[in-house]
Amino acid sequence: MIDFGFSISKSSHINMDNVDLKLFNRLESLNPDIKTCMSCGLCTATCTAGNFTDVSFRQIILMLQRGKEKEALQKVKKCMMCGKCMLVCSRGINTRNILLSITRIYNEEQSL
Amino acid sequence: MKERNILIIGGGPAGMETAHQLKQLGLHPIIIERNDKLGGHLAQWDRLFPSSDDAEELLEKLKEQVEGIEVKLNTRVVNIERQGQTFHVTLSNNKTLDIDAIILCTGFDLFKAEKKQEYGYGIYNNVITNAELEKYFKTHQDERINDPKRIGFVHCVGSRDVKVNNTYCSKVCCATALKQACEIKDEFPEADVYCFYMDLRMFGKGYEDLYLKAQKDFDIKCVRGRVCEVSENMEGKLVIKAEDTLLGTPMKMTLDLLVLMCGMEKADGVERLQAMLNLNSSSDGFIENSNPFTEMNCTKEKGVFVVGSCTSPKTLPDTLSEARSAAMEVFNYLNDNGQQTTDNSL
Repeated sequence: MIDFGFSISKSSHINMDNVDLKLFNRLESLNPDIKTCMSCGLCTATCTAGNFTDVSFRQIILMLQRGKEKEALQKVKKCMMCGKCMLVCSRGINTRNILLSITRIYNEEQSL
Repeated sequence: MKERNILIIGGGPAGMETAHQLKQLGLHPIIIERNDKLGGHLAQWDRLFPSSDDAEELLEKLKEQVEGIEVKLNTRVVNIERQGQTFHVTLSNNKTLDIDAIILCTGFDLFKAEKKQEYGYGIYNNVITNAELEKYFKTHQDERINDPKRIGFVHCVGSRDVKVNNTYCSKVCCATALKQACEIKDEFPEADVYCFYMDLRMFGKGYEDLYLKAQKDFDIKCVRGRVCEVSENMEGKLVIKAEDTLLGTPMKMTLDLLVLMCGMEKADGVERLQAMLNLNSSSDGFIENSNPFTEMNCTKEKGVFVVGSCTSPKTLPDTLSEARSAAMEVFNYLNDNGQQTTDNSL
């Protein structure tokens, strides 16, 4: 076969049919206020660490909801736990507790 | 039939239109207004969204309609006592009226921008409110607005925010922001104008056209992200921080002028009236009506009615149509009562 240099690109879709939300559902049942996020961006705008790294509470939650767990946990590591996001959140979400909860739930799973 | 007195509390657009309609129906409305003139917030406004209609023209029309109607300015309600179907209302001028129905048209207050301290209103000179910008359009007198090169609008100030205990949407600020953005761009064509929004709620007739016009003809730039804080730099310019949520990146920007789109809150003093009339508030603090579909102008107290933004944030067309429906509601209520009294007298 002559190689013309063509190839098939991998799909860039998030395939929600293959996303396992078991851990996220556990996270959500422990912290139901996650559901109320309206993605206004206040948490990210005010984030001290976010000025220098790619940490963003809002994005972390979205990524977990879409099955991008690895990327989300990479972001979580950069959080300094200062709690400014909690002070500004216009839906009053307990962001700091949720981040701790994420580390607990997702890391437990990894160590199993 | 004896003359039916209807007390309308509040002389803004809601009160004026309701009074006019009641008079058309042959009833006797009395407007009391705590300020020294009619018009409410409308009297402070220059132009109206979506098509920048002249606010004064509408106000004049409403005023013409209430000509010949009894209006008591600088007057408040001191006490209300109910006796059967009659209300004995004592006013601040010590006069007492016998009233057959009461209509609350008490409107709203604008959110006090200084409560959102992080936006620096009252701290930084170049942070102003939507009402102050509107006043500037009317008078062209505001030394803070001095050939600004970059202007920002913050949507949802005091709305959709648990931190100030107002979780509702104020409904009118999205359209007002884009209207004002176009108008200030018109005044300062060299300026860059940015709107910081969370959702652009352009639900009404002509609102989406306003959005398109703002983008196409006025080059208004909309950024999806809530402004988190404002500070001042060495040159006295404003530095704002927000996240561009569509890009997922925090951003900052230097501005010459920042306009806060203050939302609606329940009017000051209305709680006192509610206590006199035994009316509840809904969870957003506004007065509760009996049913949002079928009895929007009624309250749980017979003979006490509500019109306009005293029950929730409303646009002017909403308020004016409510005024018309309330007039009908009151008319029917008095007719039913009238029949009862005739029956008794037989």
